[in-house]
This record gives sequence, C-alpha cells and structure tokens, in this order.
Amino acid sequence: MPENRAETAHEAELIQRVRSGDRDLFYELIRPYERRVYAAALAIVKNESDAEDVAQEAILKAFRHLAQFRGEAKFSTWLLQITVNEARMRRRRITAHAMESINDQQDDREDYQPREFADWHEIPSETLERREVRDALIDALASLGEKYRSVFVLRDIQHLSIEETAKVLDISTASVKTRLLRARLMLRDLFSPGLDGHWSSKLAFAKGSKPWQ
Amino acid sequence: MAINCDAVWRDSSDYIDGTLAPDLRAAMDAHIKDCRRCAPVVSGLRNIVTLYGDERMAEVPAGFSQRLQRRIEANMPPARRSFFGWAYAVAASLLVAGAIDLSRSSSGEPPIRSKHARRAVKPLPPDLPVVVSKNGKLFHLAKCTFILNRRTSRTILASEATQQGFTPCTRCLNQYL
Repeated sequence: MPENRAETAHEAELIQRVRSGDRDLFYELIRPYERRVYAAALAIVKNESDAEDVAQEAILKAFRHLAQFRGEAKFSTWLLQITVNEARMRRRRITAHAMESINDQQDDREDYQPREFADWHEIPSETLERREVRDALIDALASLGEKYRSVFVLRDIQHLSIEETAKVLDISTASVKTRLLRARLMLRDLFSPGLDGHWSSKLAFAKGSKPWQ
Repeated sequence: MAINCDAVWRDSSDYIDGTLAPDLRAAMDAHIKDCRRCAPVVSGLRNIVTLYGDERMAEVPAGFSQRLQRRIEANMPPARRSFFGWAYAVAASLLVAGAIDLSRSSSGEPPIRSKHARRAVKPLPPDLPVVVSKNGKLFHLAKCTFILNRRTSRTILASEATQQGFTPCTRCLNQYL
C-alpha cells in the first residue's frame, strides 16, 4: 500500500486518469488492494463465494462512484469502507432470520478472564507448515462474532492501523482496541497446543464450517 | 509501579503492539517475568498475532484476480471521451509515464516468488543484511518476528535477496514499500 509520497502521487494520478476516461487503468489502481477487499468481505460474510462476489461488487461500486472520492481519506480506506458496507448488506440478506453468533451478543466488557493453560514452546511460524494448524486457526477465527472478527482481520491479518480500522468500520478507536484485545484473547483460548501436542481449535459448535479454507 | 494481573490482561494488546508508555511497559515486564498466570497469556497472544499475521493467512482463492478483471471488463461501458478527455489523457500519460515505469517490474527484474507481494518502491540499501528461509517468499530484518521457518534461515544481502525473487516483509521493511 502506498505509504510513501511517490506511491500516493502515482495513485492520485491513476484516479485522475480513470476519472477522465482512461478506464483501462482502473484495475491497476485497485490491484494493490484486492486481497484486502477480499479479506474484509470474508471477515463479514464468512463464506468464500459470497466474499468473492461482495469483493467484486464493492470494486465495481468504487469504479462507478470514483467521482465522489474526495481524497480526504486514503483511497484504500474508502475502498474498504465500501466493501464493509456491501458485505454487511449481503450478510443481512443471508442471515435475516438466522441466529446471530453467541459472542456477537456480548458487549465490549473488559472483565474477561483468560483461560489458564500451558505455555507454547514451539516457534509459531514453523507450526504454520502444518495443515492441521492452519485449519485450526481458520476454524477459530470463523467462530468469532463479526464485530471481533472484522477488527481482527483488518488489524492483525491485513495490518491496518488502529485508526484506519476504526475509519473503515465506522467505530471509535477505543472500540477497535477493546474488540482487538478481546478477539486476540478469544483466539488464544480457542487455539492452543493440547497436552498431547496436537493442535486444535477447541470448538464444539463450528464443526464442518470452515469458510476460510 | 506495581500492577496486578487484571491490569496486565487489560493492556496486553497494547503491550505486544509496543504502544505502551515506557513506565507502564516496564511495570508489565516486571510483572510478567514473575507471574505464572500472565506469562502464558502474553506469550499466547504474541503467538496469535504472529501466526495470523503470516502472509499465508491472507491468501485469496486461486483465480481471484482473473475473475475480478473479467468482471470489471464486462461491467465497463465502452469508453467515450471528449476531445479534452483525450488531450488530457495523452498529456497525463506523458507526465506519469516515468512514475509508472518505476513502480512496474521492468523486464530485467527477476520474477518474484509470491504472486501477491510487492517489490520495494523506495531504494533498499543493496548491502543491507537480510534474512531469508526455506519456503519463504519474503526477506526480513534479523529482528523481525515474522520470519517463517527460522531454523532454515540464512543471512544474505538485500541485493541478492531481490535478485533471487524475494520481496521485502510488509512488517519489518514496510518503510521501503
């Protein structure tokens, strides 16, 4: 993402050129963000094919409304805001009558008590070589409520700042911090090495549902 | 300043993100060192952030980019430009041609290992020592916590890493991206 001035200027130029009719450049403009758009959509709709469709819809919407982009926020933030709105509308349609996930009902209380268990001794990134570990991570993330999952995905997987995450989700930075802490603690509880050395997400209720695979 | 376990848990997220004030950080360090309850909480949180922060957790489905491009093309009305639109586009393309060439891979550069990664856009010191490892696609600073497969890691120069198709880590070398 364009953190430096040359890249930002290049992006502003691309936006200007697409607006004035050079439409072929639109894909070049959004290409650096397509993974983020997809991940943000998936964090909310939880299903790969819905997420891909939402990502495509959001990107097309950004194209149609590019004239309204004022450059006050970063282009990436604006694009992700559109994505989050699109994904939430889709999710409302999908789960109109379905039950919300249990931990979505919880508020942002801070009296959470982490579970106690043994320390991890393995070097984390090496464990990712194992499919079972990646599956367990995916399961654990999918089981979080949307408000925790969306903050966690934007911040810890897509590496947005606290401020950008707040802007994209239209919540306060204080809420981002509280939900992020809660999401990390829940994931730590859900995902841990067992006494037998096997890794598993400790989920009784999310079996068979692995939208991140 | 002494703090209790509740305070440690409350600030543990900021602690691992490194955004705490120095005095609070020192108090946390002191508590965690001696607390059998808090040490595994903090190390577990750090592991969670490291694991999910890995590039392999942010992949898009195969063919995603191609399908997206097709959808964009299918939904674009045929371009109709005014004379001024054309004139502007020509002038703008002359102006920015240089900038685009810089950010695009020129044909002389080696292919990159990760189809999602981006090359450095700011000049990297060619003699900067960096760490790469087996099956990794990125290169890192030695202090980075996101080095994959650290047991197989080796140190080479940034210029060599680039030549071999590695791209800079988005965490520790973000300043060059």
